[in-house]
Amino acid sequence: MLIGINIAKLREGTPTEYLTRFLFGGIVTVVATLIAGRYGPIIGGLFLAFPGIFAPGLSMTETHAIERKAKAGADGTLFARAEASVEAAGASIGALGLAAFGLVLWKALPTHNLTLVLPWAGAAWLLISVLLWWLRKRI
Amino acid sequence: MHGNALDLLARFLIGGTVVILFSIIGDVFKPKSLGGIFAAAPTIALASISLTAHQHGNAYVSLEARSMIVGALAFFVYACAVSFILMRFRPRSLVAAGALSPIWFGVAAALWAIWLRK
Repeated sequence: MLIGINIAKLREGTPTEYLTRFLFGGIVTVVATLIAGRYGPIIGGLFLAFPGIFAPGLSMTETHAIERKAKAGADGTLFARAEASVEAAGASIGALGLAAFGLVLWKALPTHNLTLVLPWAGAAWLLISVLLWWLRKRI
Repeated sequence: MHGNALDLLARFLIGGTVVILFSIIGDVFKPKSLGGIFAAAPTIALASISLTAHQHGNAYVSLEARSMIVGALAFFVYACAVSFILMRFRPRSLVAAGALSPIWFGVAAALWAIWLRK
């Protein structure tokens, strides 16, 4: 399994798509804040892991894959939906990393400074996500 | 203050920017399954934790983080379901993700009732 970076993928995204992602991200953050303000941190914290940009992200992946296949003269609808499925599987692994991120914050914040804990939590998210992704590929 | 107009505007701008950054990282990584982990990056948390800690203190954020674990586990179940349905039946991804979103609410509510409700 080759791991790499494909910068050309950035050219597939349109300004409207990036604007959509920006708006969704901003709106979900504001809604999570309002819920925490209204119902407190226990309910509000749930929405820090709300998959608000998951659906539009999958839809954009599907659209780009269909466009790539169309340029090659093929109907890539089913292929594109399979590609979105693979991205969703990756997101499920990232969600377990997100739980690790929350665990580090929960346990470490009462006794440590946020500026120290936040990099640990970020590293836990990345480490657990990549490790589980690698394990899944090996199995 | 938590929820005033300026605070909300700052969170909106930071949230949107963090989401764009992580989505760009996710887009360029290959294979797609590896890029997919960035679809569950802690974007909302990163966008709001610092402001929340400044306003309410670390103990408040710690409580939010415990709930975030529940939200993340609900995200895991939801994303697995979306992935399975897309691979098995190949509906439009937006339709699948939208129609299955009650799974996130259901799992989060169940885990909240089991673990977080006092």
